[in-house]
Amino acid sequence: ISWSIKETASSSTSSLEGRDSSLQKGSSSYAAFPKQVSSYSLSSLFKGRNRLPSLQSLSDALSDTGVKNYAPELRRPKAEYKDYSNDWSPKDTVRRMQRGKVCSLERFRSLQDKLVLLDEAVAGHDGNVITAVLIFLKRTLRREILFRELEVRQVALCHLIHFLKETGEQKFLLDLLRFLDRTEEVALSQYREHLNIQDVEKRREFLKGCTGLPFSAEDISHIQDHYTLLERQIIIEANDRHLEMAGQSEIFRKYPRKASILNMPLVTTLFYSCFYHYTEAEGTFSSPTNLKKTFKIPDKQYVLTALAARAKLRAWEDVDALLTTKNWLGYTKKKAPIGFHRVVEILQRNNAPVQVLQEYVRLVEDAETRLNLATKYKCHDVVIDTYRDLKDRIQLMAYKCKVERGSAEEEKINSILSNT
Amino acid sequence: QAIVWDEYLTGPFGLIAQYSLLKEHEVEKMFTLKPGRLPQADVKNVIFFVRPRLELMDIITDNVLREDRGRSPQRDFHILFVPRRSLLCEQWLKEQGVLGSFIHREQYSLDLIPFDGDLLSMESESAFKECYLESDQTSLYHAAKGLMTLQALYGTIPQIFGKGECARHVANMMIRMKREFPGSQNSIFPVFDTLLLLDRNVDLLTPLATQLTYEGLIDEIYGIQNTYVKLPPEKFAPKKQGEGGKDLPTDPKKLQLNSAEELYAEIRDKNFNAVGSVLSKKAKIISAAFEERHHAKTVGEIKQFVSQLPHMQAARSSLANHTSIAELIKDITTSEDFFDNLTVEQEFMSGIDTDKVNNYIEDCIAQKHPLIKILRLVCLQSVCNSGLKQKVLDHYKREILQTYGYEHILTLNNLEKAGLLKLQTGGRNNYPTIRKTLRLWMDDVNEQNPNDISYVYSGYAPLSVRLAQLLARPGWRSIEEVLKMLPGPHFEERQQLPTGLQKKRQHGENRVTLVFFLGGVTYAEIAALRFLSQMEDGGTEYVIATTKLINGTTWMKSLMEKLEPAPF
Repeated sequence: ISWSIKETASSSTSSLEGRDSSLQKGSSSYAAFPKQVSSYSLSSLFKGRNRLPSLQSLSDALSDTGVKNYAPELRRPKAEYKDYSNDWSPKDTVRRMQRGKVCSLERFRSLQDKLVLLDEAVAGHDGNVITAVLIFLKRTLRREILFRELEVRQVALCHLIHFLKETGEQKFLLDLLRFLDRTEEVALSQYREHLNIQDVEKRREFLKGCTGLPFSAEDISHIQDHYTLLERQIIIEANDRHLEMAGQSEIFRKYPRKASILNMPLVTTLFYSCFYHYTEAEGTFSSPTNLKKTFKIPDKQYVLTALAARAKLRAWEDVDALLTTKNWLGYTKKKAPIGFHRVVEILQRNNAPVQVLQEYVRLVEDAETRLNLATKYKCHDVVIDTYRDLKDRIQLMAYKCKVERGSAEEEKINSILSNT
Repeated sequence: QAIVWDEYLTGPFGLIAQYSLLKEHEVEKMFTLKPGRLPQADVKNVIFFVRPRLELMDIITDNVLREDRGRSPQRDFHILFVPRRSLLCEQWLKEQGVLGSFIHREQYSLDLIPFDGDLLSMESESAFKECYLESDQTSLYHAAKGLMTLQALYGTIPQIFGKGECARHVANMMIRMKREFPGSQNSIFPVFDTLLLLDRNVDLLTPLATQLTYEGLIDEIYGIQNTYVKLPPEKFAPKKQGEGGKDLPTDPKKLQLNSAEELYAEIRDKNFNAVGSVLSKKAKIISAAFEERHHAKTVGEIKQFVSQLPHMQAARSSLANHTSIAELIKDITTSEDFFDNLTVEQEFMSGIDTDKVNNYIEDCIAQKHPLIKILRLVCLQSVCNSGLKQKVLDHYKREILQTYGYEHILTLNNLEKAGLLKLQTGGRNNYPTIRKTLRLWMDDVNEQNPNDISYVYSGYAPLSVRLAQLLARPGWRSIEEVLKMLPGPHFEERQQLPTGLQKKRQHGENRVTLVFFLGGVTYAEIAALRFLSQMEDGGTEYVIATTKLINGTTWMKSLMEKLEPAPF
């Protein structure tokens, strides 16, 4: 067995190796090009060249070392860096700015000149230059004129918006968006600001204001819900803190709150409400049924959340009541909008006793799932009954070893086996 | 001198310059950029290596203002922008009053960074967001410049194909740049025959699906940063006999992954289900190799064995590492949750039930699974349905906002803008046609010995790679109709080569195509392209370039609104 020592090359690029010597693999020797630039440019910039004017650039360092064959703009004559005259046209100004030379734009006084400059910048595609020109225009043009001109220059407009977002000039941005009638963006942009408001009361006020903004039809209901939710949370928080401190309420004594309910999502709030305020009448702000009605929480979500909360409190009768419906004849039936296997999962996670678990495992419709769950959680009765219904003697006999000797379950198995 | 690093840059720079190189150039100390006072260091010059971002300018300002001007020796400040100077940033520094403190302000054009022999990336994580949400084409400009540099080194690329708005812009910029530098015509024999520019939004589906190649899964689960991955250390603790009481390491195990490692190169692009057999075969080979020492009888044979020892030891350690990694991944891929998630993904991709609210997604929301997982799934459904019906979309939106918080309406808005989660327009679902014509879903996929690129997702062939495949053979004319259904223009450009440089391909010689993904590329797509490269009668070899290496999670994160943490 021979082990090759030479540098590993993946088979697909073996034919490239000959002409591709500078793109070698191996962690220490990547493309020669950047490496060479770094070894010359950094040192020559800082070794004994401190007295050069600040506009000296990499290219000079490179040209001195006689490195050729790089991208053309890296070897420009020194002369290009001196600002010999002030007469550069808009096109040339843009060109020079693209190459990193700082140019004074002040000489472009007329609107016409400024617009030509902007159009040249846009045509050059260099975002940096476009932004620089926009900063200049923003400073030297009246707002209405700037907005009007940008309305017909999409690319420049996008750059300005991006720039305003980055520098946080919210007011200017909103004025611009309003001018452009991009009302939904105005709304969302303003809504975003709520995240910067730490004080809850102020945030609530702010959100209230947001509900009047021109959101789209689908979004407005969510914003309204956000406001309503925070409003409710403030009330609940105030009340509950009071209750906690007074020390009279049993639930708060037994399960002290770990965090405040403020700014939590709706479902989390519902869980909290089902945990601490389950029995309250619909009239109070903190009752689960009130939350369900106000925010139109669908049944499925409601049952799931309430179930999780009551299971955590080990309130098995509440769990039972949630899953029981009464039909018009007065008969009760167990029904779960989420599938009983999910119910079992949630109960098990909260360490429900086997008798409780068993009742719901029994209700799992699919026999295989039912068997899996019953076996996993040792709900012997359910296993036995299911095998009996499936008329599976072999499995039933095999299951005998899983039950305790002399137990009621063993007897049950024996009696079934002997009766069939 | 001392360098103060923008943390984000240390990774990419690590790929091209080791600390030893910097030390040769008198760099004595290196610090990370953070607010507050700069640490003590007895150096004359302090250089800031930063990206041109305003937040970083604030930190630099803080550093500079807190500098004790009374101290001696006084330190000089310089700033190096990577990849380009930004007049906006300099303006910002000027307004803070610190611009004058910098003696040198320079830029270092690190456009395309080589990650492997056939892979280049700009590592611009905000490129997709900027291009598709904010219509900011700066990263496209950098891409064009990177391509110009590439052409200066490897010759003008004679043919340019593209699909997408951004592709069109990049091609236009390239042509214009070439025109403006007529002297750049060089005499290098072209390495690349074709350049294919692809917008990410031509194929929004692929990054959303869970990758199933070995490297793809490592990235999905642990995240590969600049070819490094950090793994939980437990499985990597050295097993020494007699040291049972030794504490397990607590620091994550950091490994570098690239094709210089022979074993990794062999398994990285395979479907994960095919990795196990490779590893066990390798284990047998290595065991047998070590056994050779018992058969070495002559001095010559022993000498030969000993000379090969380092290589064998390296191979053995490589095998141990990857066996551990494969075990870690297997724990995840065999979990019920992974299986359920994958099932739903594959249902969507094969066109099943994409028009109704999905039970599994609802269950996951109800159990408050991580939001990014939910977003990936609903976006996948939306893309596979050409947008969701109003009722379905509203239902998902409502459930997400109620469960995770209303502030996520901002993220949902971004996703809509990007085309990932939107209303179906015109009542038409184009996806089935696209899927059938381009053969995106292959039922009879062979994971062990694949014959088609669909093995990378165990059934789904990445749309982007299919387009590349069909471009080579038989050409895009055959799929005109489908191309029109995908966003953005498609085009072809030719660049003049000086006579004498025009290449005549020998019989049997492969063409070389550079595929540039504008907006990000996944490891699975890279694996698929490599698969095409090594196909017997493929005819084309591929080199891949991109603005960023992504996976569904990092991509989704870049589109999410940055939300402040809740105050209480």
